[in-house]
Amino acid sequence: MPAVSKGDGMRGLAVFISDIRNCKSKEAEIKRINKELANIRSKFKGDKALDGYSKKKYVCKLLFIFLLGHDIDFGHMEAVNLLSSNRYTEKQIGYLFISVLVNSNSELIRLINNAIKNDLASRNPTFMGLALHCIANVGSREMAEAFAGEIPKILVAGDTMDSVKQSAALCLLRLYRTSPDLVPMGDWTSRVVHLLNDQHLGVVTAATSLITTLAQKNPEEFKTSVSLAVSRLSRIVTSASTDLQDYTYYFVPAPWLSVKLLRLLQCYPPPEDPAVRGRLTECLETILNKAQEPPKSKKVQHSNAKNAVLFEAISLIIHHDSEPNLLVRACNQLGQFLQHRETNLRYLALESMCTLASSEFSHEAVKTHIETVINALKTERDVSVRQRAVDLLYAMCDRSNAQQIVAEMLNYLETADYSIREEIVLKVAILAEKYAVDYTWYVDTILNLIRIAGDYVSEEVWYRVIQIVINRDDVQGYAAKTVFEALQAPACHENLVKVGGYILGEFGNLIAGDPRSSPLIQFNLLHSKFHLCSVPTRALLLSTYIKFVNLFPEIKTTIQDVLRSDSQLKNADVELQQRAVEYLRLSTIASTDILATVLEEMPPFPERESSILAKLKKKKGPGTVTDLEEIKKERSSDMNGSAEPASVNASAVSTPSPSADLLGLGAAPLTNSAPAPSSSGSLLVDVFSDSASAVAPLAPGSDDNFARFVCKNNGVLFENQLLQIGLKSEFRQNLGRMFIFYGNKTSTQFLNFTPTVICSDDLQSSLNLQTKPVDPTVDGGAQVQQVVNIECVSDFMEAPILNIQFRYGGTFQNLSVKLPITLNKFFQPTEMSSQDFFQRWKQLSNPKQEVQNIFKAKHPMDAEITKAKIIGFGSALLEEVDPNPANFVGAGIIHTKTTQIGCLLRLEPNLQAQLIVTADSNMK
Amino acid sequence: MRFMLLFSRQGKLRLQKWYLATADKDKKKMVRELMQVVLARKPKMCSFLEWRDLKVVYKRYASLYFCCAIEGQDNELITLELIHRYVELLDKYFGSVCELDIIFNFEKAYFILDEFVMGGEIQDTSKKSVLKAIEQADLLQEVREGPPMNPLVGPKLPYGPLIAL
Repeated sequence: MPAVSKGDGMRGLAVFISDIRNCKSKEAEIKRINKELANIRSKFKGDKALDGYSKKKYVCKLLFIFLLGHDIDFGHMEAVNLLSSNRYTEKQIGYLFISVLVNSNSELIRLINNAIKNDLASRNPTFMGLALHCIANVGSREMAEAFAGEIPKILVAGDTMDSVKQSAALCLLRLYRTSPDLVPMGDWTSRVVHLLNDQHLGVVTAATSLITTLAQKNPEEFKTSVSLAVSRLSRIVTSASTDLQDYTYYFVPAPWLSVKLLRLLQCYPPPEDPAVRGRLTECLETILNKAQEPPKSKKVQHSNAKNAVLFEAISLIIHHDSEPNLLVRACNQLGQFLQHRETNLRYLALESMCTLASSEFSHEAVKTHIETVINALKTERDVSVRQRAVDLLYAMCDRSNAQQIVAEMLNYLETADYSIREEIVLKVAILAEKYAVDYTWYVDTILNLIRIAGDYVSEEVWYRVIQIVINRDDVQGYAAKTVFEALQAPACHENLVKVGGYILGEFGNLIAGDPRSSPLIQFNLLHSKFHLCSVPTRALLLSTYIKFVNLFPEIKTTIQDVLRSDSQLKNADVELQQRAVEYLRLSTIASTDILATVLEEMPPFPERESSILAKLKKKKGPGTVTDLEEIKKERSSDMNGSAEPASVNASAVSTPSPSADLLGLGAAPLTNSAPAPSSSGSLLVDVFSDSASAVAPLAPGSDDNFARFVCKNNGVLFENQLLQIGLKSEFRQNLGRMFIFYGNKTSTQFLNFTPTVICSDDLQSSLNLQTKPVDPTVDGGAQVQQVVNIECVSDFMEAPILNIQFRYGGTFQNLSVKLPITLNKFFQPTEMSSQDFFQRWKQLSNPKQEVQNIFKAKHPMDAEITKAKIIGFGSALLEEVDPNPANFVGAGIIHTKTTQIGCLLRLEPNLQAQLIVTADSNMK
Repeated sequence: MRFMLLFSRQGKLRLQKWYLATADKDKKKMVRELMQVVLARKPKMCSFLEWRDLKVVYKRYASLYFCCAIEGQDNELITLELIHRYVELLDKYFGSVCELDIIFNFEKAYFILDEFVMGGEIQDTSKKSVLKAIEQADLLQEVREGPPMNPLVGPKLPYGPLIAL
């Protein structure tokens, strides 16, 4: 087609554009633009009425100026006038201007909406198309309010032209994305589903996009689309490449529609109807088969379109995760792509295999490609491809290949791009901990991390290595020796000084027997780094010094001299000065015994990984019964490295999958042998799923995370692509304090950052929360902290909601997560003898004081893990109390301001791996 | 799709289409940032990259970069072909399209894109349907608008056709 219609004769516009292009400098351009703006302004304000053509020309010029990046603050009215022109091109330019430059100027919106209304009612398909495009382009809430009711009617009306139907479908989709609440569901939905059968493939394509979006939020309502989509897909996949005429793209039949249909099917589980399911499997097999056929064209467009469908089919196979045969075929296909000469395909294959690695059917098949992936890490020239390779190595890692993968990642880290170093560090730290069998390997790995990429080792990582060393006495001597050696390096990273300082302060005595690492040598080594370190590290070192005074009395005077020096005692930093003064006094006046008590070795850190999901049952009446009703564990393949229980048990889990349940008791109770709790006034309240939130819906996955915190106090509560929320909390009797850390994971500022803690009315009377406001701006990469002071007034059921709102890159973010403040946090463990325990147990025989539940366990139990869970839950673990050694017994007191409630619990595993949990409590 | 950008090798923005309401200030910032990222990439690198919380798919045609930002679940390869189909449509309409055509007829480039993609989703993948819609619109155009145009500026050569024949 020759350029019959190029431009539409706006000569003035062409001249103006030419002028701008001829400007030699930015100043000249601005001058020319200002001249033009003045000219247009005077024309618009002039007495002489402008004809449509001139108006169109000037509006178009304004648009051009705006698109050059200059602000435009007039001309809107003229553009709106153009909307009611009967000339198509004038109307078109008017709509274009409105689409690009609209703002929520309410007066104008009314006028615009009027014009749109007229065009929608015009029955002229071109005008209707323009109006629908404008609605979709602006897509504001006001537009949705005005037209969300009207568009479905246009969409399903029998006499609507195909092209208008297409526009109406996508226009509705756009409005639904912005304001789902304003799009009324109704009769039209079933008719929309039947558009999947439409003869016009363009209509089907547009309708599929709309249905996919609607089905994501209303799966029930659009369920019938599954079988229609399958049969449509089947017809396309089996058609000859010429059947679909213009919808065939480089010999691939309707690739866009195929991708969309496959995407729609990913909103649903595998079809239940065996016939539909069989047909779908056939389609997927055909798509996989076609990948092996010789290409029908050498053009890249052909292979891209074909592979687009193939990758989407693989996504669906992974989504269904139910056909081992298809999964393995998909994996083999991706394996071929891993070595393809097209970088794009290698990239996508790595990406897609990542998800495949998490399926139990294909995990092993993915692992066979390890060498290729490692090779990609070493040889790919494009950082984005290497990044995918790192992701895949992480995803395919398990106990069998952890050492190799960690070693390769460490290797790569030495030369890795700065942009992805931090992520690799975290991944290495997580893998090393998760799959450590030999903890010396773990310690070596983390020290290597610090050596290679110290700047990228975040606090969580080095905190964690210390926690693990403290909790495992078999590795303490090795750790002390290794950090001592690492510190010998002339230049070592400050993070190493921190780890070294802490570990030597605790366990330096384990290597002090060797004259090469005598107390004085250790001290001198650490102190030689002191002056190069930042204030927090120096503070840590001062604490190490006072620990040395306790561990090594022979160097006390040397240390006292250091503490006494002006640079310490008169340090400008208050924290350092205070530590120096206090430690010096402590070392001078305290007796050896007192010093030994004060500076006793750190107790083991409470286990971080929680696995007990408890449900508390509230009963009214004289007794308040605590019911440990359900014990559930989470997946140990959690990204949250700080929460891994590697130090409790690294090898006892017999299930093969890395994501297998550790405790594996995640079953619903089979029976409830306690007296029926359903009498009036007995309410079963689920603390974990019953939220009082009226703010934003809870973030997906937040319940899982929440459950993790039942038995632990620190860790990552929530994480998405933008934001990470970490928690540290401590509780004593009925009081607690929680530090919430908000980390901006992006490089862009968060604005208007407002976290709010919300308690329902009920909760407000039982829980006192005081929060301090945080700075409304969070810089990219920065972390801000918020303190919540907590007082438990009386027993409570539900958890407070943490709502966070902020603006990121122009979009408003609003999310809510449950804040893990649960009643068991106010549990104080109580030790008691066997006799005491059973005497009390028998006293609590009133039905309202006792609850019992029986569960089926999915996996073998491990005694050590179970014990850790009970301790983490807050009660004391009473050993040798129960005559049956297989049982677990716990006791504790829940402290509230108004009352104290004693609780006893027994966990009785039986041989069939069923579990009985009994909990008693009484009011004291 | 969240947005589409066309920009030149020199970093001049030629077309921008946003499918999600975004403040002007943020748009400018995103455009600047993304242009920098894409222009810094070498030829032969892969056409996809992660950027902020989005996936970016881009392809260079002669002097112009076509760049789409899509969401996590969206299909990269089909987006790459969406770009190609758009270039084909421009090429068919303008006849061996080059960057200058898009500069001087920017409104047409927008209209063609609108016929092809709406609300971030492809509206019709048939080249015929899209071009028919545009032609119909052109037929509605008034004939009496000034003299026919001669080539506006010198040879198109430095800008080369986007699709080599």
